[in-house]
Amino acid sequence: MSESLRNDGRVWVPKKKGDTRNPKDIPESERDYYLERQYPSFGNLVPRDVASRRAKEMCDNGFGVGASKMAVYLDFADAIKRLGKEAVFQKYGNLLDMYKQITGEDPYTTPMRIYPAVHYTMGGLWVDYNLMSTIPGMFVLGEANFSDHGANRLGASALMQGLADGYFIAPYTVSDYLASNKFNAVSTDAKEFKDAENSVTATINKLMGIDGKKTVDEYHREFGKVMWDYVGMARNKEGLKKALTLLPKIRAEFWKNVKITGNAHEINMELEKAQRVADFMELGELIAMDAMNREESCGGHFREEFQTEEGEAKRNDKKFSYVAAWEYKGPGKKQVLHKEDLDFEYVKPTQRSYK
Amino acid sequence: MKIHLKVWRQKDQNDGGRFVDYTASNVSPDMSFLEMLDIVNIDLVKKGETPIAFDHDCREGICGSCGMMINGRAHGPGRGIATCQLHMRSFQDGDSVVIEPWRAAAFPVLKDLMIDRTSFDRIMQAGGYTSAKTGGIPDGNAILIPKPVADEAFDAAACIGCGACVAACPNSSAMLFVSAKVSQLALLPQGQAERTTRVQRMIAQMDEEKFGACSNTYACEAECPKQISVTHIARLNREFIAAQF
Ligand code: SF4
Ligand code: FES
Repeated sequence: MSESLRNDGRVWVPKKKGDTRNPKDIPESERDYYLERQYPSFGNLVPRDVASRRAKEMCDNGFGVGASKMAVYLDFADAIKRLGKEAVFQKYGNLLDMYKQITGEDPYTTPMRIYPAVHYTMGGLWVDYNLMSTIPGMFVLGEANFSDHGANRLGASALMQGLADGYFIAPYTVSDYLASNKFNAVSTDAKEFKDAENSVTATINKLMGIDGKKTVDEYHREFGKVMWDYVGMARNKEGLKKALTLLPKIRAEFWKNVKITGNAHEINMELEKAQRVADFMELGELIAMDAMNREESCGGHFREEFQTEEGEAKRNDKKFSYVAAWEYKGPGKKQVLHKEDLDFEYVKPTQRSYK
Repeated sequence: MKIHLKVWRQKDQNDGGRFVDYTASNVSPDMSFLEMLDIVNIDLVKKGETPIAFDHDCREGICGSCGMMINGRAHGPGRGIATCQLHMRSFQDGDSVVIEPWRAAAFPVLKDLMIDRTSFDRIMQAGGYTSAKTGGIPDGNAILIPKPVADEAFDAAACIGCGACVAACPNSSAMLFVSAKVSQLALLPQGQAERTTRVQRMIAQMDEEKFGACSNTYACEAECPKQISVTHIARLNREFIAAQF
């Protein structure tokens, strides 16, 4: 669901732990509109990372609702009273319909049940000022590069970046690159091409040759669960340590025991998925390692050991005011950290507060 | 829930294809239709068989890749949803469900339920864009667009290019798709520069791809996951005729 729903929806949980009553039967006085209580000036409009962590906290502490107990209510009753059902439909109709389709519940009459999900990466590849990656001639635009994201990769910031990169930067930097370089025709006989082809073929042959016992989906779920539990919205040293022992194990097992049927010379969705999951495993491990390394809370990365009394992210600018670019050294080898210092000339970073 | 499936299996483009029976057991009503197929596939792989190939990506109704015919209906029962938004609670325990790929000359079957939709891409390449230079940024208030017009352009822009309109149409016509793509630009200032060439080129490409003509059946509107209205087809016709003069 989109975060924009919090514009008019009110978030709450029952005041009593493990309350299984129908939300309609829980009177006002027994509801905890916890965002409004904790953040009187911003209320339900606190930024996504704050709202997410508070929801997780509520569920972790036993106040979660629904069968899974992994949800909080997002209630449109007041908005409908105030604005009318038609106005709410005009604004959020498509999202509310989508919710109804997924859950079979009508969000106009029953509060929605929501739970935050993780964006493991908020943007990704390192780029220079012209948006070119470390590979000459490969430009990375929009969300796929690392440049503009903080703790809140909302749809709107992704959209903004797509527009800004696409309209204002790429037309100049890409054409400059094309104009100032000479490009000879590349043949598929080139050594680089052959090498790349051979390495992809080798990976494919290796995957097809394993013929183990477990499916790609099973490994995907197993690995994903560890990521979700220990490398998610809130992390701590112990959890990350656990993740860093579990993840490599799952990955090693994948390469010995995955089962892919069909062959490599036809459309083979399992084979494709296996390669994606293999990439996810490499990236997942890297994220866990980086999270372990960064002993502060900052942006989308929240370490439970490093928070203010108000539960806000506590940075350590002395040690970590840098962008971490990890150099890949090949499978199973330790990545090398390159630090790119962050220089704040005019606007100095401060502690934000939404109280 | 237990669901009996009849699924179209076709090895590649040259294979004739056939229906094969499967049973999906332990299906939860909260599962999406694609999750049900995932489970069937896990079982197939475990048995050493090739899983059922189907396209999917976003699984939330925005990418347009997941289309299939379910009991003879494009994207299955229900209105305004793509296959990935269909949930198993729409079926009863013990139901039989027939699953086929889109059938149209312009959408050759690649494998099982996967089809080749590049004919749509070629229609887009023929004119579904604006190539006007953007230049500096004009003030937002300098180009006023009435809300109903903006809304209508937005409705047209909701098309996800899934191809259900073609699959549902007895003539395999792509008019709803093309009309949505022409409409979204014809309604807005950015689309004016290439307004006449766009509609001519896109329609020429549509014909070349062997999509049929429209005979006002309206099956497209009924099955479109984004509920694109056939009034856009009327606008397409008008744009096309106006472009001749
Ligand atoms: S018009 Fe509707 S059915 Fe046709 S391609 Fe677009 S979204 Fe799909
Ligand atoms: S998977 Fe994207 S629309 Fe269904």
